[in-house]
Amino acid sequence: MASYTPTVSIDNPRTSTGGNGALPPDWGSAGDNFGSHFFDTRLRRARLGLVVGLTGIAMIFISFTSAYVVRQGLPTLDPRTNALLHDWFPVPLPRLLLLNTLVLLISSITMELARRQAARKACAQFSSMPGVSVDAKSEMSWLALTVVLGLSFLTGQWMAWRELAANGFYVASSPSSSFVYLLTGMHGIHLFGGVVALLSAGFASLLRRSADSQSILVDVTGWYWHFMALLWVYILCLLEFVH
Amino acid sequence: MAGGTGGGETIMATREFAAHEAHAHAAPQGFIRKWVFSLDHKVIGLQYYFLALTAVLVGMFLSLLMRIHLIWPNITLPLLGDIKPETYLTLVTMHGTIMVFFVLTTAPQGGFGNYFLPIQIGAADMAFPVLNMLSFWVTALAFIVMLGAFFVTGGAPLHGWTGYPPLSAVPTAGPGEGPGADMWVISIALFCIGALMSALNFITTTLDMRAKGMSMMRMPLTCWAWFITAILGLLAFGVLFSAGILLLLDRNAGTSFYVPLTVFSGQIVAHKGGSPLLWQHLFWFFGHPEVYIAILPAMGLCSQLVSVFSRKPIFGYKAMVYAMLSIGLLGFMVWGHHMFMSGMSPYSAFAFSIMTMAIGVPSAIKTFNWLGTLWGGRIRLASPMLFAIGFVSLFVSGGISGPFLAQPTLDIPLHDTAFVTGHFHLIMGVASIFGIFAATYYWFPKMFGRMMNESLARWHFWLTFVGTYCIFMPMHYAGMAGQPRRYSQFTELHYLEKLIPLNTFITFAAFVTISAQLIFIFNLFWSMKAGKKASDNPWEATTLEWTTATPPPHDNFGGHTPVVYNGPYEYGVPGAPRDYVMQTDPTTVAAH
Repeated sequence: MASYTPTVSIDNPRTSTGGNGALPPDWGSAGDNFGSHFFDTRLRRARLGLVVGLTGIAMIFISFTSAYVVRQGLPTLDPRTNALLHDWFPVPLPRLLLLNTLVLLISSITMELARRQAARKACAQFSSMPGVSVDAKSEMSWLALTVVLGLSFLTGQWMAWRELAANGFYVASSPSSSFVYLLTGMHGIHLFGGVVALLSAGFASLLRRSADSQSILVDVTGWYWHFMALLWVYILCLLEFVH
Repeated sequence: MAGGTGGGETIMATREFAAHEAHAHAAPQGFIRKWVFSLDHKVIGLQYYFLALTAVLVGMFLSLLMRIHLIWPNITLPLLGDIKPETYLTLVTMHGTIMVFFVLTTAPQGGFGNYFLPIQIGAADMAFPVLNMLSFWVTALAFIVMLGAFFVTGGAPLHGWTGYPPLSAVPTAGPGEGPGADMWVISIALFCIGALMSALNFITTTLDMRAKGMSMMRMPLTCWAWFITAILGLLAFGVLFSAGILLLLDRNAGTSFYVPLTVFSGQIVAHKGGSPLLWQHLFWFFGHPEVYIAILPAMGLCSQLVSVFSRKPIFGYKAMVYAMLSIGLLGFMVWGHHMFMSGMSPYSAFAFSIMTMAIGVPSAIKTFNWLGTLWGGRIRLASPMLFAIGFVSLFVSGGISGPFLAQPTLDIPLHDTAFVTGHFHLIMGVASIFGIFAATYYWFPKMFGRMMNESLARWHFWLTFVGTYCIFMPMHYAGMAGQPRRYSQFTELHYLEKLIPLNTFITFAAFVTISAQLIFIFNLFWSMKAGKKASDNPWEATTLEWTTATPPPHDNFGGHTPVVYNGPYEYGVPGAPRDYVMQTDPTTVAAH
């Protein structure tokens, strides 16, 4: 047996916070039979990925915010008088946006109910927990309701755009109207991504996705959805109050 | 048993479900799933690498055209014809864009990072393989769109890789600013999406998929570099993406985010009130971290190689980690130093200047540690080591002019001269490229199972090393003598006549250096077929990729999961049968 001393000696291999080199989540049909440990690893990994992804998305909106604030303070040249003047005047936001906000916040609640159902289902799969009833039907109906509310929100946003246009505020009409369309549009695209994820979770059986994968997808989409709801409230406050 | 050279016998512990997992991740059969739409991080790494190789050939060709045009402005090139001033600007733009995005960002991170991060931390793949595949294909699509800009009406854009509006935002502003510029912006936006997905994967993989015993502070410095680079990418590419969206809207939806009331070709543009400075802030908030995105992986790799080939532990492992972290952090606070010329409050300029010079501190720590590792080492001057030392040299030579340019009073006269071209090419361009070369020579045996030809590699090194110095050092002098950059012709300017011989020298040096790359290309492909067969651990290195088969099996460790007992730089261990101890070697525990 060797008797050398390494430059860094360590008594026991420290257990890292890593997943012990476990395999990545499999998006196919496998993954059902590896027990709760494997499920937990996949769920933790998916949630971590989501947090990282949301950071990237947050950076996009932080950039827009900084552009919004900077643009407000910039004067523009009036060619007739050759003088600098401020051309920022806020767009009167359609009242419909308040209703849309309400719809989105309610959808966040239904999403949370669906997410909790999915989590219970996953728990029950690995241990027969007394008192935990799993109602797959209610999960699906909460999911469906969230999708409907999400699509209603997007339709509402579209109608708000129409209202803006009817009042003469187009994308290029004024600096502030450009930002209204930009921020609502980018948020809408991101929320639509959430709707697609929910639909894909809802049709998991059709897509030959395992129950595990479906639970994980519902879970991370749930957090994503909450983030989108929060982001919307932030955007609305930005447009309404930051002048 | 001590100091195994790798292979399954040194991998002590496995867990039972590993076999199940390996089954769940069975190797795909069939060409399309295996090589085209592959989920395997190793194949995706190679795809990124060859994408970057294609891009670098295009970028290099464009630079050659520029150098030819600069000294023979009236020459007519076969097939290409005359190079008009606007064509020259197109060459500048596309050379810069292709090199920065599709070479310097793609090869070190997407290529080698994808291939070796999971293996070095003991994982079987990236955290999200489907996302990984998507990242590559989105990046490839971005490259195709970028090249497509050459073939649309008006040709490729001429607004420079920095795309400053209003030039980039007004389609009538110049030839190439029509559809070509749209394609440029779309390509950049696509690239951002690919880079963001890739960053997500790298961060999650590093945090969540390390093997048992692989604590953060036992990761090889390469992994630290990829990890920090991914964090920079995650925070920076989102900003560039936003900036690109605003630019697209200005170009196509009539908005005025960036375009003020201005006149182009005698006509007032249909915009008013926008701010070109807004773009510059957003762009450089991305652009400066991008410099570190390009160079950090090379720093990590260089640290690795200096230790392996000096047969010594890296000098100051933790200092290296903290230095990289602080370079990353400071990198987000210095974007203003690219904008001293744009006009800013002297107080802001002062702050940006101080922060920029502060980056010299961690950079110096790294250089000191590289030299400290080399000092007293039993140095093996194999080709990867030559390139690693070349990297240190270029990093110092290119970096030393950084503090000059960080001072507004010096930057203002130097900013639009060839001095800056020399500075950023040495430090960001060639130094990173040396990192890519070093990585290629170092990991080629693991990737392809054969060694590259060492004699050819030496020729390649010396010609490239001397050649790049001959190209970029004189540019500093030309810049100090007042030669402006981005000008398509200077030979007719009286005050620059004396610089014509210097420029001719640079162009000939470029010819030689570019020709030397043919040696590399030949060596690369020839060695894949006819190189000497490589053992599992030809460099006698300690990290996990050298414990597995060559090339690694589909699941990286052949159904096992490695357990890590040691730090990554156990070289020159006193009393050890060999002079190194593998990370997976448990005998160190027995000896303790």
